Parts: sequence; structure tokens; C-alpha cells
Amino acid sequence: MVDGVINASVESGEPGRTRPGIPAFVRMWLGGWPLAQIALYLGTLLLFLWLGRNLLANMARLGLTPGFEFLEHTANYEIGESFIAYAAGDSYARAALVGLLNTMAVSALGCLVATVLGVGLGIARLSPNPLVSRLVQAYVELLRNTPLLLQLFAWNTVIHLLPVPKHALSPVPGILLTNRGLFLPAIDAGGRGLFVLAAMAAMLIATRLVLRRRRRFAGPAPSRVVLSAYAIALLLPVAIATGFGISFAPDIPTLKGFNIRGGASMTPEFAALMLGLAVNASASIAETVRAGILAIPTGQWEAARSLGLRPLAVMRLVILPQALRIIIPVMTSSYLSLTKNSSLAVAIGFPDLVSILNTTANVTGQALEVIALMLGAYLTLSLTTSAIMNAYNRSHVLRSERR
Amino acid sequence: MSTLRPPSLLDRSPFLKATIGSRGNLVLSIAVVIVAALLVPPLVRWLLIDATFLGTAETCKTASGACWAFVGEKLKFIVLGFYPQEEASRAYAASALLIGLLALSAVPRFWGRWLVGGWVAGVGGVIWLLGGGGPLSPIPTEKWGGLPVTLLLSLGSFILAFPLAIVLALARRSKLGGIRLYAVVLIETVRGVPFIAILYTATLLFPLMLPAGAAIDKFARAAVALSIFVSAYLAEIIRAGLQAVPRGQSEAAASLGLTHWQTLRLVVLPQALKQVIAPIVNLAIGIFQDTTLVAIIGMFDLLNAARAAATDPMWIGFYAEAYVFAAAVYFIFCFTAARYSLWLERHLSVP
Repeated sequence: MVDGVINASVESGEPGRTRPGIPAFVRMWLGGWPLAQIALYLGTLLLFLWLGRNLLANMARLGLTPGFEFLEHTANYEIGESFIAYAAGDSYARAALVGLLNTMAVSALGCLVATVLGVGLGIARLSPNPLVSRLVQAYVELLRNTPLLLQLFAWNTVIHLLPVPKHALSPVPGILLTNRGLFLPAIDAGGRGLFVLAAMAAMLIATRLVLRRRRRFAGPAPSRVVLSAYAIALLLPVAIATGFGISFAPDIPTLKGFNIRGGASMTPEFAALMLGLAVNASASIAETVRAGILAIPTGQWEAARSLGLRPLAVMRLVILPQALRIIIPVMTSSYLSLTKNSSLAVAIGFPDLVSILNTTANVTGQALEVIALMLGAYLTLSLTTSAIMNAYNRSHVLRSERR
Repeated sequence: MSTLRPPSLLDRSPFLKATIGSRGNLVLSIAVVIVAALLVPPLVRWLLIDATFLGTAETCKTASGACWAFVGEKLKFIVLGFYPQEEASRAYAASALLIGLLALSAVPRFWGRWLVGGWVAGVGGVIWLLGGGGPLSPIPTEKWGGLPVTLLLSLGSFILAFPLAIVLALARRSKLGGIRLYAVVLIETVRGVPFIAILYTATLLFPLMLPAGAAIDKFARAAVALSIFVSAYLAEIIRAGLQAVPRGQSEAAASLGLTHWQTLRLVVLPQALKQVIAPIVNLAIGIFQDTTLVAIIGMFDLLNAARAAATDPMWIGFYAEAYVFAAAVYFIFCFTAARYSLWLERHLSVP
């Protein structure tokens, strides 16, 4: 029998079942009809061989050599914006890397903005005040019932309708909105800001881990200890950097001539894509948060209130921690779809991965390799995100269920 | 001792109590009213008061509001794209046929075998109406556009995807490891990449993979790409439905002497599909919106036709009006479907 993994351990003299051998394991996994299953795989293989043979013949006819060598050739197109140095004449591989970084930047920032907006709106949607909850409902319905591409077109149009830099819109001092992009105040660290930021992030994580260990062995630390630990974690890298001669200066965008200098800037395309994606995702995140909070039994609210907690404390200490258990898995899929939707950049002219790879395919004709890169990159991004979120889920969400 | 007092206005009106009953809610309500007061009047002025309803591009340029004259002038182009004007009635008939089928399918009483047949025949009829053949003059798919394309792509791909999705869902729950692995890899790959990547695979790569001389129409390639995309998502929904059918159902069917396939066809699948109709409607709403992405490979669906209308040299630059009109059309379809899905969930739920 297939499940008869009792292959007698008579010789070893040990009683009981042993692990199945590899052939038995394969038999168990395959179940019945092994020949039909092998035929399915063989058929698929043959189909791909046939398609591949046609592809090779067609590529030979067009004078293309299959393979990824073309990535080393020089790309003769410019790219609108890039986080690493790039100019026409660099390799296709570098151009693809520029696109990948752009995709990651716009998705990461979009996820952040979408979360902040979505959680706020989701809580507002539950407000007992009908004016507030109806307003949020209208927002959600409008965004969910129109295509994302249309929303991106609309954002793009709106941002290009903003005034020229000379008459920049400034809703808050320091923030300038123009048709050349959005400008925010920043801190100038002489090009080494990223290192300092990374050091700060590492210190914050380390502090958090140390505090958690301490809490496990010695109970919760007094809040002044926690606060000063975090303050030190934030200030130490700055102090060390100052010691190494990096100066920190506030960098406020200002109008110089016909253009705006200084500050952190977003190009109009980046801003349109990021805002479009974030606002669109915020609608579904708001619904997720609302559903998660509604799933908490009313007894929890009543119990927390009867203990004398204020409404905000009830939300922060009792409801949200439990709702997160429901919210996080759904939120993961919102993040993933935002990342995949960032490929719509190609429609509004932002140079993301898909847009740059598409240009590469049109210029070189190496469609197979380019599409393999595209699929591989998105699959890696998707699978990594779900792996990270699953790990978080295991450590934060299921922990309370294990108890 | 509390004193008795007559019920005040606040006690009689729950709305007033919730909006101005407490200090926090009063502040929130005032904030909402201020925001509305800032946003609504300019919007109404742009949409209605300052808008131009009749006239030419010149009269529009002098007015500060929206130019609905543009939408009126270009309505035929937005709804039909580059479809030949003299054959417009065929495109209208095709759209009406699809919308009629949609309306029929919305009535639970009509669900049954003949509705499936009706859809297959209806989609075939729409393709014939749009493309021609027999007494109708042939019109190449490059000329198809506007609302019929949006409807045909989204609904047609759903019809194509349905059998594939059922097979994939069953395969993913199969006892046969090889089949299961096959389905998992297929579904997760399609779900892990953006639709644009699949669209590019179908439009850039697929033509290269055919024997020299063979070619497949661009419209068909987009439809196949969309069907593959839909089938992966649909398979996951159907799998959830299959999981929700209690084991006792198939055991009871087996004990009645039904074969494995009879059990699936007559007992398990009908129950599984009925459980997931509401999620399927929601998926359909998403797919209806995702068909707009065919604009990226140069097809003229409703949104792209609306955008193209604003590039007409006579009426250049009225993008806002074009987008508002397209958004209204999409909103009407999707909002109706979403409300229907909510109603269906209540209607089908066992009390």
C-alpha cells in the first residue's frame, strides 16, 4: 500500500513506524494515475519546446541572438528620473536597475501614505457622527468604482494644472506645489543622509529588541527609561556624524529665478503615480480596517469603557491590537496589489521597471529575455513581501493565539 | 435625584444627537461643513453653473466652467471609438445585447443551464455583430472601440475563464500531487505579476512564438491574456467555495452511487458556486475596471476613446470633461454591480 510506511525496521530492532523512503514519499505525493500526471508534464514540456523552437527560428530570422548578453550593450535612451547616476550610453542592465529602484521607491512610499490615510479613514468611517462616516463612505465608493488608470490620468492632469514655480501653491509654509513637481522641506547632510538614516533605523530596531528582552526578564521599563533609550538611539548617529564633520542644515525649498531650488522634490509623474496609487489603496485599506474593527465583539468595547478608559485609549489599547490580527493578512494583499499596480506608471510616463523594460524590448527586440526579467522581478517582489508579512504575522498576530 | 425634563430636540433626533450631541462631534461636524463649503460651491460652479452645454470650442474657451458641449459633440466617438459611423447601430445593438444579458443574469430565478448557453451564444452574437460576416460588412478588430470593447473584453474573458478556473480550482484540491503542483504554480505565477506583464507577454512575446507566417489578432491576444489573468483569481474564489461545501455532501452523494464526476457536477459544484457568487461579482467589477489597461497596448476601450477625444485638434485639451464623463460611466456600472452584490449576499444567506 502507498501509505504503508511500516517498512519493517526489523533489522534495526526498533519498534514503530519509520519515515518513508524517497520512492514511497513520491508515490504518496503523486497519488493515483502517475502515468497521466507524467504525460501532463511531458505535454507541457513539448508545448514549450515547440514554442521555443518557433521563437528561436523567428529570432534568427530577425537577426537576434537569444540570451542576456544584450544587457551589457549601451542603451541610447534617457530616463526622466533616477536614484542612481544614469545617462544615455550606460548599459541596459543599469537602465533596468534604475527602473527597479523607481518601482520600489514609488511602491514603498505609496504603501506608507496609503496605510496612514487608510487607517485614519477606516476609523473615521466608524465614527458615530453620520457627517464624517458618510463623507468617508462617499470617498471609498468613488475610488472603488472607477478604474485606477482613470484615477492616475486624473492625478496627472491635476498636477500638470498646478501653477508654474513662480506662482507656486503653498498650503503649508515650506511645502510648494507646482507643475514642475512637489517640493518638501528636507535636511541637507552633504549627500551622506542615507547612511545616517540607515544608522538611525538600525539603532531604533536594536533599542526595541533590547527593550523587549528586558521587558521579558525584568518587566516593563519605566517610561522615562524607554523615552531616553529611544532619544539616545536617534541622537547618537547624528552626534557621531557631526563628529566626523557632516553638517546638518535645514533645506527649505525656495524660488530662485524661474525654478525652485532645495528641499526634497518629487517629479510631477512620481507624485501623480504615488498619490494615485496611495489614495486608491487607502480606500480598500479603510474598508479592511473598518471590517477588522467591526469584527471585535462589542463586549470588548464595553469592558474597556467600564474600566474607565477614554475612547482613544480603548481604541489604542484594546480594539486595535485585536483587530490587527484580522487586518494584517488582508493589508498584505493591498500592499502587493499596490506594488503590482505601480506598473501602470507606463501610462503616465513615469520610468518604472515595466516602462523601461518595455522600451528596452522595443529597442532591442529581445522580447523573451525582457519579459522573463519583468516576470521574475515582480514574482520576487511579491514573494518577498508575502514572506516578510507572513513572518510578521507569525510573530505578532498568531502569538496571542498560541498562548 | 435626577430631575425629569421634557425630551429636548437632541433626544428626539438621533441625527442631531450624533452630529452635535457632544463637543467632539460638534467640532468634527463643523470641520466637515467647512470643508464641504470650501469644496462644493467651486465644483458645482464648474460642473453646472459656469459650464457650457451647447456651443463650439470657442464658446467653451471663453467660459470658465466645464465644456459639456465637447462631450455632446464627441459622444459617439467616446462610446464607439473608431468604429465606422455608418455601422454604429451594430455596435449599439452589441452593447445592448451584452447589457441585456447582464440584467437577465442578475435575477436569481433565471440562473440555470440555459443562461450559460445564452451567454455563449450572446458573446458569439456580439462578435458577429461587431466583426461582420454574412450579410454584415466585415469590420476589422482594429476599428472596434469604446463601450462595446470594454463590455466584450470584460464579459467575454469571464466566459472564457470560467471553465479554466473550475478546472484549476479542482486541480488545486486534487489528491494527485503532480496536478496540484501544476495548478499552484500556474495560479501563483499569474497572481504574482501585474496584469500589464501578462498583457505584454501576449502582445510582444506570443507573436514571436508562433510558426512563421501565423498571426493572431491583437484583440484576441488581449482577450486571451485577460482570460488567463481572470482564471487565476477566479480559481481561488471557486476553491474557497469548494472548501465551504461540507464533506458530508460528497459522502452522501457517493453513498447514493454517484460517480466522482457526477458528485462534482450535480452536488458539490452547484453548492460551491452559489456560495461565492458575491465575491465573483466583486471580481467582475475589478476586471471591468482592469480592461482599461488595454489602452497601454494601443486599443481604444471606453477610457482610451475618451482620452483620444480630447486630442482632437478641434477640441484639444478638454481632458477633465472626458475623464469626468468616463468616470461617470464606469461609476454607474460598478456602483450598480457593487450594490447588487450586497443585495445578493443578503438574499442568498440562509437565515
